[in-house]
Amino acid sequence: MIRIQPEDFDAGAEIARLNASTDVGAVATFTGHVRADDGLIALTLEHYPAMTEREIARHVAEAESRWPLLGVTIIHRVGRLVPGDRIVFVGVASSHRHAAFEACQFLMDYLKAHAPFWKQEERAGATRWVEAKSADEKAARRW
Amino acid sequence: MNLLYFAWVRQKTGRAEEKFELPDDITTVRELAEHLRERGGGYGEAFAELARLRAAVNQEHVSFDAPVTSEDEVAFFPPVTGG
Repeated sequence: MIRIQPEDFDAGAEIARLNASTDVGAVATFTGHVRADDGLIALTLEHYPAMTEREIARHVAEAESRWPLLGVTIIHRVGRLVPGDRIVFVGVASSHRHAAFEACQFLMDYLKAHAPFWKQEERAGATRWVEAKSADEKAARRW
Repeated sequence: MNLLYFAWVRQKTGRAEEKFELPDDITTVRELAEHLRERGGGYGEAFAELARLRAAVNQEHVSFDAPVTSEDEVAFFPPVTGG
Protein backbone atom coordinates (compact mmCIF):
# COMPACT_ATOMS: atom_id res chain seq x y z
CA MET A 1 0.00 0.00 0.00
CA ILE A 2 1.28 3.43 -0.95
CA ARG A 3 -0.13 6.63 0.53
CA ILE A 4 0.91 10.23 -0.07
CA GLN A 5 -0.91 12.49 2.37
CA PRO A 6 -0.67 15.69 4.42
CA GLU A 7 -2.09 13.89 7.47
CA ASP A 8 -0.06 12.18 10.17
CA PHE A 9 -0.05 8.36 10.42
CA ASP A 10 -0.11 5.83 13.23
CA ALA A 11 2.99 3.63 12.92
CA GLY A 12 1.60 1.13 15.44
CA ALA A 13 -1.58 0.64 13.43
CA GLU A 14 0.48 0.21 10.25
CA ILE A 15 2.64 -2.47 11.89
CA ALA A 16 -0.49 -4.30 13.07
CA ARG A 17 -1.87 -4.20 9.51
CA LEU A 18 1.40 -5.64 8.10
CA ASN A 19 1.19 -8.47 10.65
CA ALA A 20 -2.21 -9.55 9.31
CA SER A 21 -1.23 -13.13 8.36
CA THR A 22 0.27 -15.94 10.47
CA ASP A 23 2.83 -16.48 7.66
CA VAL A 24 4.45 -13.20 8.70
CA GLY A 25 7.51 -13.87 10.83
CA ALA A 26 9.12 -10.45 10.57
CA VAL A 27 8.02 -6.84 10.18
CA ALA A 28 10.80 -4.28 9.67
CA THR A 29 9.91 -0.60 9.65
CA PHE A 30 11.53 2.78 9.25
CA THR A 31 9.91 6.00 10.45
CA GLY A 32 11.52 9.30 9.50
CA HIS A 33 11.02 12.46 11.57
CA VAL A 34 11.67 16.15 10.96
CA ARG A 35 14.84 17.16 12.88
CA ALA A 36 15.24 20.59 14.49
CA ASP A 37 18.57 21.29 12.72
CA ASP A 38 20.04 24.80 13.17
CA GLY A 39 16.86 26.55 14.21
CA LEU A 40 14.62 24.87 11.65
CA ILE A 41 11.06 26.14 12.04
CA ALA A 42 9.35 24.00 9.39
CA LEU A 43 9.83 21.85 6.29
CA THR A 44 7.43 22.11 3.38
CA LEU A 45 7.28 19.10 1.08
CA GLU A 46 6.22 19.42 -2.53
CA HIS A 47 5.80 16.48 -4.91
CA TYR A 48 4.84 15.51 -8.46
CA PRO A 49 1.54 13.73 -7.82
CA ALA A 50 1.19 11.94 -11.17
CA MET A 51 4.72 10.54 -10.87
CA THR A 52 5.16 9.89 -7.15
CA GLU A 53 2.91 6.86 -6.73
CA ARG A 54 4.06 5.37 -10.02
CA GLU A 55 7.71 5.76 -9.10
CA ILE A 56 7.23 4.29 -5.62
CA ALA A 57 5.11 1.42 -7.03
CA ARG A 58 8.00 0.62 -9.37
CA HIS A 59 10.36 0.43 -6.37
CA VAL A 60 7.93 -1.80 -4.46
CA ALA A 61 7.68 -4.14 -7.48
CA GLU A 62 11.48 -4.21 -7.63
CA ALA A 63 11.69 -5.07 -3.89
CA GLU A 64 9.08 -7.81 -4.35
CA SER A 65 11.11 -9.31 -7.17
CA ARG A 66 14.26 -9.40 -5.00
CA TRP A 67 12.89 -10.62 -1.67
CA PRO A 68 9.97 -12.89 -0.67
CA LEU A 69 7.70 -10.22 0.84
CA LEU A 70 4.24 -10.62 2.37
CA GLY A 71 3.36 -6.95 2.59
CA VAL A 72 4.74 -3.46 1.96
CA THR A 73 3.42 -0.14 3.28
CA ILE A 74 4.89 3.20 2.27
CA ILE A 75 3.48 6.47 3.60
CA HIS A 76 5.02 9.83 2.72
CA ARG A 77 3.65 13.08 4.04
CA VAL A 78 3.52 16.32 2.04
CA GLY A 79 2.83 19.93 3.01
CA ARG A 80 4.19 21.85 5.99
CA LEU A 81 5.77 19.83 8.81
CA VAL A 82 7.48 20.98 12.00
CA PRO A 83 10.35 19.45 14.02
CA GLY A 84 9.27 16.20 15.67
CA ASP A 85 6.63 15.44 13.03
CA ARG A 86 6.66 12.06 11.36
CA ILE A 87 7.46 12.44 7.66
CA VAL A 88 7.86 8.96 6.15
CA PHE A 89 7.02 5.35 6.99
CA VAL A 90 8.34 2.24 5.26
CA GLY A 91 7.11 -1.11 6.58
CA VAL A 92 7.90 -4.54 5.16
CA ALA A 93 6.51 -7.93 6.20
CA SER A 94 8.18 -11.22 5.36
CA SER A 95 8.56 -14.71 6.76
CA HIS A 96 12.14 -14.02 7.85
CA ARG A 97 14.09 -11.07 9.19
CA HIS A 98 16.81 -10.75 6.54
CA ALA A 99 14.32 -10.13 3.72
CA ALA A 100 12.35 -7.67 5.87
CA PHE A 101 15.44 -5.69 6.99
CA GLU A 102 17.02 -5.56 3.54
CA ALA A 103 13.85 -4.69 1.63
CA CYS A 104 13.05 -1.93 4.12
CA GLN A 105 16.48 -0.37 3.66
CA PHE A 106 16.37 -0.81 -0.11
CA LEU A 107 12.98 0.94 -0.30
CA MET A 108 14.09 3.82 1.90
CA ASP A 109 17.31 4.31 -0.11
CA TYR A 110 15.37 4.25 -3.38
CA LEU A 111 12.72 6.60 -2.06
CA LYS A 112 15.38 9.15 -1.06
CA ALA A 113 17.21 8.98 -4.37
CA HIS A 114 14.31 8.72 -6.85
CA ALA A 115 10.85 9.59 -5.52
CA PRO A 116 9.89 13.09 -6.77
CA PHE A 117 9.64 15.01 -3.49
CA TRP A 118 11.33 18.32 -2.68
CA LYS A 119 11.87 19.85 0.75
CA GLN A 120 11.94 23.55 1.49
CA GLU A 121 13.33 24.61 4.87
CA GLU A 122 12.03 27.59 6.82
CA ARG A 123 14.32 29.36 9.33
CA ALA A 124 13.65 32.73 10.99
CA GLY A 125 11.68 34.08 8.05
CA ALA A 126 14.01 32.79 5.35
CA THR A 127 13.28 29.78 3.13
CA ARG A 128 15.74 27.56 1.30
CA TRP A 129 15.38 24.46 -0.90
CA VAL A 130 17.24 21.46 0.50
CA GLU A 131 20.12 20.33 -1.75
CA ALA A 132 20.28 16.65 -2.69
CA LYS A 133 23.15 14.77 -1.02
CA SER A 134 25.49 12.65 -3.10
CA ALA A 135 25.56 10.18 -0.16
CA ASP A 136 21.86 9.45 -0.78
CA GLU A 137 22.51 8.76 -4.45
CA LYS A 138 25.40 6.48 -3.45
CA ALA A 139 23.23 4.65 -0.90
CA ALA A 140 20.70 3.83 -3.63
CA ARG A 141 23.42 2.66 -6.04
CA ARG A 142 24.75 -0.04 -3.68
CA TRP A 143 21.62 -2.12 -4.40
CA MET B 1 2.85 19.14 -24.86
CA ASN B 2 2.52 19.77 -21.17
CA LEU B 3 5.44 21.24 -19.26
CA LEU B 4 5.67 20.99 -15.47
CA TYR B 5 8.07 22.67 -13.06
CA PHE B 6 8.77 21.84 -9.42
CA ALA B 7 10.54 23.35 -6.40
CA TRP B 8 12.91 26.24 -7.29
CA VAL B 9 12.44 25.63 -11.02
CA ARG B 10 8.73 26.42 -10.50
CA GLN B 11 9.60 29.52 -8.47
CA LYS B 12 12.02 30.85 -11.10
CA THR B 13 9.75 30.22 -14.10
CA GLY B 14 6.83 31.64 -12.12
CA ARG B 15 4.49 28.81 -13.07
CA ALA B 16 3.82 25.19 -12.14
CA GLU B 17 2.57 24.09 -15.53
CA GLU B 18 2.06 25.30 -19.09
CA LYS B 19 0.95 24.11 -22.52
CA PHE B 20 3.73 24.27 -25.07
CA GLU B 21 3.70 23.96 -28.86
CA LEU B 22 6.80 21.85 -29.57
CA PRO B 23 8.81 23.30 -32.51
CA ASP B 24 9.72 20.69 -35.14
CA ASP B 25 13.45 21.13 -34.65
CA ILE B 26 13.34 20.16 -30.95
CA THR B 27 13.75 16.42 -30.50
CA THR B 28 15.42 15.93 -27.10
CA VAL B 29 14.95 17.04 -23.49
CA ARG B 30 18.23 18.98 -23.73
CA GLU B 31 17.08 20.93 -26.82
CA LEU B 32 13.80 21.68 -25.07
CA ALA B 33 15.60 22.95 -21.95
CA GLU B 34 17.93 25.12 -24.07
CA HIS B 35 14.94 26.54 -25.93
CA LEU B 36 13.23 27.43 -22.62
CA ARG B 37 16.45 29.06 -21.39
CA GLU B 38 16.38 31.37 -24.43
CA ARG B 39 13.12 32.89 -23.17
CA GLY B 40 15.34 34.72 -20.67
CA GLY B 41 14.17 36.20 -17.37
CA GLY B 42 13.18 33.57 -14.82
CA TYR B 43 13.46 30.86 -17.49
CA GLY B 44 16.99 31.97 -18.24
CA GLU B 45 17.83 31.54 -14.55
CA ALA B 46 15.96 28.25 -14.11
CA PHE B 47 17.70 26.63 -17.09
CA ALA B 48 21.09 28.35 -16.72
CA GLU B 49 22.89 25.20 -15.56
CA LEU B 50 21.37 21.99 -16.84
CA ALA B 51 23.66 20.00 -14.52
CA ARG B 52 21.56 21.30 -11.60
CA LEU B 53 18.34 19.99 -13.17
CA ARG B 54 16.66 16.64 -13.60
CA ALA B 55 13.88 15.75 -16.03
CA ALA B 56 11.02 13.30 -16.41
CA VAL B 57 9.11 12.41 -19.57
CA ASN B 58 5.63 10.97 -18.99
CA GLN B 59 6.37 10.58 -15.26
CA GLU B 60 9.62 8.63 -15.68
CA HIS B 61 13.12 9.87 -14.89
CA VAL B 62 15.11 10.37 -18.09
CA SER B 63 18.49 11.74 -19.16
CA PHE B 64 18.71 15.00 -21.10
CA ASP B 65 19.40 12.96 -24.24
CA ALA B 66 15.94 11.36 -24.10
CA PRO B 67 13.59 12.06 -27.04
CA VAL B 68 10.50 14.26 -26.69
CA THR B 69 7.37 14.45 -28.85
CA SER B 70 4.43 16.86 -28.91
CA GLU B 71 2.27 14.34 -26.97
CA ASP B 72 4.60 14.14 -23.96
CA GLU B 73 4.37 15.52 -20.45
CA VAL B 74 7.83 16.84 -19.60
CA ALA B 75 8.80 17.91 -16.09
CA PHE B 76 11.89 19.82 -14.95
CA PHE B 77 13.01 19.86 -11.32
CA PRO B 78 16.04 19.85 -9.01
CA PRO B 79 17.48 16.53 -7.74
CA VAL B 80 14.87 15.02 -5.40
CA THR B 81 15.06 15.43 -1.61
CA GLY B 82 12.28 13.30 -0.13
CA GLY B 83 12.36 10.74 2.65
